[in-house]
Amino acid sequence: MNEEKELTEETQPLVLKRLREKFPDALLADAEVSNGISIVVNKENSYAFLEYLKTELAYTLLVDITAVDNSNLESELLQYDYARFMVVYQLYTFEGETQRIRVKVPVHEKDLKVPSVTSLWKGANWLERETYDMFGIDFEGHPDLCRILMPDDFEGHPLRKDYPLRGRGERERFNFDKQNA
Amino acid sequence: MQAGMERTTGEKMVLNFGPQHPATHGTLRIVLELDGETVLKATPHAGYLHTGFEKLGEHLDYNQYIVVTDRMNYLSPLSNNFGYVLAVEQLLGIEVPKRCQYIRILMAELSRLADHLLWLGTAALDLGAFSVFLYSFREREKLYSIFEKTTGARLTTSYTRVGGVFRDLYDGFETDVRDFITNLPKALKETHTLLTRNRIWMDRTKGVGAISPEEAINYGLTGPCLRATGVSHDIRKAEPYSSYNEMKFEVPVGTNGDVYDRYLVRMEEMIQSCRIVEQALDNLPDGPFSVEDNKIMLPHKSDAYGHIEGLIHHFKIVMDGHGVQPPLGDHYCATESPNGELGFYIVSDGSGTAYRIRIRPPSFFHFQALPHMLEGGMVSDTVAVLGSLNVIAGELDR
Repeated sequence: MNEEKELTEETQPLVLKRLREKFPDALLADAEVSNGISIVVNKENSYAFLEYLKTELAYTLLVDITAVDNSNLESELLQYDYARFMVVYQLYTFEGETQRIRVKVPVHEKDLKVPSVTSLWKGANWLERETYDMFGIDFEGHPDLCRILMPDDFEGHPLRKDYPLRGRGERERFNFDKQNA
Repeated sequence: MQAGMERTTGEKMVLNFGPQHPATHGTLRIVLELDGETVLKATPHAGYLHTGFEKLGEHLDYNQYIVVTDRMNYLSPLSNNFGYVLAVEQLLGIEVPKRCQYIRILMAELSRLADHLLWLGTAALDLGAFSVFLYSFREREKLYSIFEKTTGARLTTSYTRVGGVFRDLYDGFETDVRDFITNLPKALKETHTLLTRNRIWMDRTKGVGAISPEEAINYGLTGPCLRATGVSHDIRKAEPYSSYNEMKFEVPVGTNGDVYDRYLVRMEEMIQSCRIVEQALDNLPDGPFSVEDNKIMLPHKSDAYGHIEGLIHHFKIVMDGHGVQPPLGDHYCATESPNGELGFYIVSDGSGTAYRIRIRPPSFFHFQALPHMLEGGMVSDTVAVLGSLNVIAGELDR
């Protein structure tokens, strides 16, 4: 079901056709998946792309923002010029046939920045904070980019592949006094 | 709200609500800035129950991870089990037999009933309606007995497997469930008489914590909280998974998006779930309860002990690095859990362990939207609004 079939002019969904016309250079890859389409967009165009999806194509519900650390996934690394992270947006529309769109944005480790979409969706706020917390990806333009699940003084980003499952050492104490001061 | 405004003093007071508070039903914290009894600013904090479930998913094999999904929304573990294995199966490209699909729908709907019943009891209890709590827990207890008989556990059910369920329904399941769903509407009627036209209940819930449909979508609300605003959206209808396309049911919607409407929507959803359960029981097909492919499901014990092939298959599935191995790729699968859209985004590198599992929990979005519903209201409404959202700390923090 996850087989990605080659799209020809006739079989491609209307949405994809419009996206290809609108952003001829931004689309790095696209494919039809079992419940929608999956698109890889370059970082420079990601905000304009998501804005277009929301305002023009009625993908009004931001379902999810997350990231994948591709360090151990060679096929992805090779395909996207050794970009370590892939920020993944899931969108949903209440109208139209292609209900779900997955937008993936490759991010290089030396430039860990993605434009924030908090101005498009209020729900993006915490999602971006979580992605920052877990992967260390900086969302430019986010109103308050701080940790959400891990404590404020935590070091490292736990969902990166180089972060060990059992953590790095023990926490000696919870320095509440210092935090409150 | 107006009354509260008159009592403002101009002085700010910061009130810490939680992480341990009877109305949080879990470890959540809200920092409230108050002026008199009016909430000026509410800042929700998450993370107190962070358990690293997503990290764990990269180290456990696909079947081992089912155990983790139980602990996410601990009020309806069967829904989580269902959503997770569905995602893995779609990634694998397999479809489970009809009987299995029906069993899963039965269990998912029963767990929706259990979740809503618990929500009803505790949300009413928070606002002082103690009898409702007793009525709903009495019904919920019957459900938990059914879960225990079916899965062997009341809470940590781990009932599903990739490719099926781990055992068939017990004899007498049908009688127990039919008994339950004939009695439940009566119990709900009792609750309606206690709450729906109750002056105190209406005053505490009507117009409290209201959110408009546009804002609800903007914040990413799903499930009963979105439907209470008037948006008729249910994944079971919009993208029918498993055998939901064969079920007849209505999607109840509210109009105001306030606490009262969330209550009414959930009450009606329980009636609709009863309908689905009844149809699933009426049409429950015979046949195998899981795929008969021993490369995916464990072979029967007698096979594993009595035949070399069975033994090899057993060994291959249980051994680390063998077992279920979806092809390279990624997949997002959403299901309608009692709280809203529960999504699993799985990236597979072709091995027996997921490369990345991302869980999209409904509560995360509901908790995020809390300030929008609280600010400008009364401090006592915090309890009512928080209760109506049914934020589950386990899936909020994962």
